[in-house]
Amino acid sequence: MRMRTLELTVGVFILAGLLALAVLAVRVSGLSTNTTGDVYKVYAHFDNVSGLTTRARVTMAGVTIGQVTDIQFDKNRYTGRVEMAIFSDVDTLPADSAASIVTAGLLGEKYIGISVGGDDMMLAEGDEIYDTQSALVLEELIGRFLLNTVSSDD
Amino acid sequence: MKASMTDRIALLGRSGLDVVGTLGRSGIFLFQALAGRSQFGNAFGLLVRQLYAVGVLSMVIIVVSGLFIGMVLALQGYNILSGYGSEQAVGQMVALTLLRELGPVVTALLFAGRAGSALTAEIGLMKATEQLSSLEMIGVDPLKYVIAPRLWAGFISMPLLAMIFCVVGIWGGAMVAVDWLGVYSGSYWSNMQNSVQFGEDVLNGLIKSVAFAFVVTWIAVFQGYDCDPTSEGISRATTRTVVYASLAVLSLDFILTALMF
Repeated sequence: MRMRTLELTVGVFILAGLLALAVLAVRVSGLSTNTTGDVYKVYAHFDNVSGLTTRARVTMAGVTIGQVTDIQFDKNRYTGRVEMAIFSDVDTLPADSAASIVTAGLLGEKYIGISVGGDDMMLAEGDEIYDTQSALVLEELIGRFLLNTVSSDD
Repeated sequence: MKASMTDRIALLGRSGLDVVGTLGRSGIFLFQALAGRSQFGNAFGLLVRQLYAVGVLSMVIIVVSGLFIGMVLALQGYNILSGYGSEQAVGQMVALTLLRELGPVVTALLFAGRAGSALTAEIGLMKATEQLSSLEMIGVDPLKYVIAPRLWAGFISMPLLAMIFCVVGIWGGAMVAVDWLGVYSGSYWSNMQNSVQFGEDVLNGLIKSVAFAFVVTWIAVFQGYDCDPTSEGISRATTRTVVYASLAVLSLDFILTALMF
């Protein structure tokens, strides 16, 4: 085989390998979604964020409209403070929308579901969602259920 | 013939010394081949030729087996996960399995079989037909002229092949899960993107494949260089390459996994 063709084939091979690495970085590990600038930050306080992680989805009507970027403990309010990055083309969320932590399937991951409110004001950069509903903790639910069974026996 | 007890112990000791001696020889061999700059003007040309033989010609087997492994992973994962109603996690499973384990390991095993054995046989035949000694005779160092380009070609091409393997596998998994089994494509990709960390999974997989490339190419080239210069010796060296390289890759994989994850 002529040297020129050989070099070209090897070049294509190396390019294919590097391209594969790029695909793995962007498409598979989702590095790019981390760095996109066109989002705005919204905050919410939850009594219990158990199971929610950063990079979890923020959805409305089941469609992903953003992701959780930070979770911290608010020592003044004794709640979990969740920072969400919402895609900026979704700029029509009413200010009294409600955020709840929900689970995908029985064992699935936790994500935030936002249900639409009726306010004329829209959520903007730095705003807070006041109406929140915490994660469902299975042990608490079972505890309440047992308590009900006991008290109905009386 | 009945060997006495002391003879047997001596035999055991000699084979132990042989193993250690071979190990030392292979270390010196590697150092001499890689240390220092190549004194040939066409070093780049030599490397390109080997990259073609070792890397490009391995593409077909890597792509085809990556495709089928990804497809079968998606199929098995779907069957198991759908029992829990969480078949949307199949993308995450396929991607993590490929990136962390199967990509680097299967690529290394296939590489040992496809390219490693060819390297051993080629160099072994060069030795048997005294081409290596002739090179030395005309003042060309065969370690630099024959061995070094092959080593570098192996080191460079295997990580690239592993990445291609992973991408093709994930794509094959998507084809089975999304197009044939009806998993929602949004959750296939988003579950994958949420769980795969670039630094954690992709880079660690890459590091693994670099380590495997080093070990497999080293074994293959050294076995060829060190073989008995007979047709039987070459066949034995080729077998040893595949066996040793596979064992080394699998045991090294366990150690690396224990260190990384």
